[in-house]
Amino acid sequence: MNRKLLDKSVYFWMYISLAILLVMPILLALCLYIKSLPILQEQSFFSLIFQSEWKPMQGKFGFLPFIVSSLWVTGLSVFIATPVCILSAIYLTQYASKKILMMMNSLIDILAGLPSVIYGVWGILMVVPFISNILAPIINVQTSGYTILAGALVLSVMIVPFMLNMMLEIFKTVPEELKEASLSVGATQWDTIKHVVLKKTFPGIVSATGLGVARAFGETIAVLMVVGNVVKIPLSIFEPGYPLPALIANNYGEMQSIPMYDSALMLAALILLIIVLLFSFLSRIIIIQVEKYQ
Amino acid sequence: MKSKQIEEKIFKALMYISLILIIGVFLLILVSIIYKGLPSLSWSMITQTPKGGFYYGKEGGVLNAITGSLYLSFGATLLAVIIGIPVALMMNVHLKKHKRFVSGIRFFLDVLWGIPSIVYGAFGFTVMVMFGIKTSLLAGIITVSLFILPIIIRALDEVLKTVPEGLYEASMSLGSTRSETAFKIFIRQTMPGLITAILLSFGRAIGDAASVLLTTGYTDHIPTSLSQQAATLPLAIFFQLSSPIEEVRSRAYASALILTVIILFISLLSRYISSHFKQHQIKF
Amino acid sequence: MNTKIDIKNLQLMIGKQQILKNLSVQIPENKITVILGPSGCGKTTLLKSLNRLTDLYEDVVVKGEIILDGENILQSTQDVTAIRKKMGLLAQRPYPLPMSIFNNVAYGLRISGCGNKKNIAQRVEYHLRQVNLWDEVKDRLHEPAAKLSIGQQQRLCLARGLAVDPEIILADEPTSALDPISSQAIEKKFVELKQHYTIILVTHILRQARRLADYIVFMYLGEVVECQPTEDFFNHPKEEITKEYIKGAFN
Repeated sequence: MNRKLLDKSVYFWMYISLAILLVMPILLALCLYIKSLPILQEQSFFSLIFQSEWKPMQGKFGFLPFIVSSLWVTGLSVFIATPVCILSAIYLTQYASKKILMMMNSLIDILAGLPSVIYGVWGILMVVPFISNILAPIINVQTSGYTILAGALVLSVMIVPFMLNMMLEIFKTVPEELKEASLSVGATQWDTIKHVVLKKTFPGIVSATGLGVARAFGETIAVLMVVGNVVKIPLSIFEPGYPLPALIANNYGEMQSIPMYDSALMLAALILLIIVLLFSFLSRIIIIQVEKYQ
Repeated sequence: MKSKQIEEKIFKALMYISLILIIGVFLLILVSIIYKGLPSLSWSMITQTPKGGFYYGKEGGVLNAITGSLYLSFGATLLAVIIGIPVALMMNVHLKKHKRFVSGIRFFLDVLWGIPSIVYGAFGFTVMVMFGIKTSLLAGIITVSLFILPIIIRALDEVLKTVPEGLYEASMSLGSTRSETAFKIFIRQTMPGLITAILLSFGRAIGDAASVLLTTGYTDHIPTSLSQQAATLPLAIFFQLSSPIEEVRSRAYASALILTVIILFISLLSRYISSHFKQHQIKF
Repeated sequence: MNTKIDIKNLQLMIGKQQILKNLSVQIPENKITVILGPSGCGKTTLLKSLNRLTDLYEDVVVKGEIILDGENILQSTQDVTAIRKKMGLLAQRPYPLPMSIFNNVAYGLRISGCGNKKNIAQRVEYHLRQVNLWDEVKDRLHEPAAKLSIGQQQRLCLARGLAVDPEIILADEPTSALDPISSQAIEKKFVELKQHYTIILVTHILRQARRLADYIVFMYLGEVVECQPTEDFFNHPKEEITKEYIKGAFN
């Protein structure tokens, strides 16, 4: 009797938890949407996205500077991080000994666990001065160092462990026998990598990159600390930027005092949510489709 | 053929450079945090709360942030485990037959996994405003637990997946209910892995700033109740760094060092647990 | 009977484990030599050491001589890819490369620098006909090889190996993943091919050995126990272990 009762209560607990899990994100999206409605009703979505004037006190909410900043920072960081990850993954899984692979795995795990604020501190300590004192003079540019470039560099360092981890997993799925089949007809290791391994891992690499983009888009604190936070459409990577997450993080305090401000910020959060979900969703679908095809 | 060999050499060089970059940056980060943080690290940093006007340079330490972070992460992890363990067990035991549904949940979790913590922070903040709740430790705990929920469930699920089919069948055929199988067999078999998963989620909770920024507030005191505001280490670092006073900024580095040490400790601890207990596990 | 490969005192160690213990065997030309033995006796390792795939194993040490065409391939001054081209490998499960049917066969040709399109097309057709696959795939040469059935894939892998003009075919339990009809097709093919190629076949199926082999090399725990023409092997085995093995498997 007691066992059955216990079983039933456990069942109950499980179903409630599952319900919470399933309902929570829907509530989240719904809540953000409802909160964004006021500003969406006042101005059209497209005018908000493409306007560049951000003067909340005057009721002007142009998101363009933030979106452009986000695109710059994310794009540049993925551009830097992806080749580094692919090259490292190839070396570690095809050329290196098992010991080195294991060591790097541990290293990546540790790096992946470091909080973003630590990366931000490092960015302020090393990246920003590097840009302002070493890089900029070479290119003959004046800058404080708090730039899109700084944000992108710090961000790329943050997403490398994440992406490399995924790519290592993907490369590990290529069977040894397949490589042996290629080598048996006289191909070199490099031939095998080019024509066999990379072909097999390509969808996985694309997927990992997509997930890297999703991760980079949403990263808040580290980027915020080095990117300058100036509301202006950045015209070069040596100018400061103001990505979308930073917008939300920096201004939540004033949200309540200015009309429509809270709605605008929630819209920013909603946009961020949708972009990240889109990239995550598509990237994961790619992997599933590929697995089905094999 | 010559051109192929040259091509391979070039790419191999690029590969070495990439690898060295990664290792090098890691060392740079560690070195810079230690170099800047160690000088300002003192016993009082860890054991004292800031004595008034912390932002402007009076003495004290970051005990408020250390305890705040620990309370917050502990609470958030606890809450996430209470919701997470049943779901993970459900996926692997009770719903074993419904493979498509379980794959669907896994996919759902994977997509949720990517939601940035600032979005959860914005959500938490909005809910708080809607209900007139002030920023507090409890609000932070709930927000952070939502953030780490997909992470912890997925990690627990990965561990539970490793339990072989045969063990499940053996237990069920002995007449156990599914819940008994779940708790007595699955959990026991995977305990070290579960602990590792929980520890790592705890690490994520402690390190996150964006979700607590909007929901937990900040204070110079050690929180004594859930409805009070609480300081957290990431925010402590962040705020101290933006201070105009040199001394306060240097304390930020020390706080960063403290946070890094905590995270490294958790990392090493979870490694130790998984490797130590692997010896005692039954291999199938 | 000409010797194609002369193996002398071959030893192979992985870490501290000795997998191959002082093997000496002669592989005859243009015959099917079957390497027979229970699982774990080292037959696959022996096969893979012939085309030096064992170079890829971690922590491996190889001693002794494998003499092919007058040269010890273990210490050859030649690039290992040239050695590998002399041998085609057929694995237990078919592993088609991730490309079209046509490109699978053409792969080896292109890698060696044969760039002539017409030449490649002719060779691909020739080798696909060689394995009796041409008629089945001629209309879909550019479809992914993964779409073929397992039996067809294994024949494709055979064609791929033959395309680089090997002298020797190494086959590691090539029919173990196939249904009886496909297996039969592959076995028939081997009998035809031995006129032009030296074939070394690893198997643990005694009946298959009896069907196909001209010579049998029986291995046990990393050593060659005995080595005889097929009929002599089955009717007059010399060693006790061999007698036990034959008895046990046939009962």
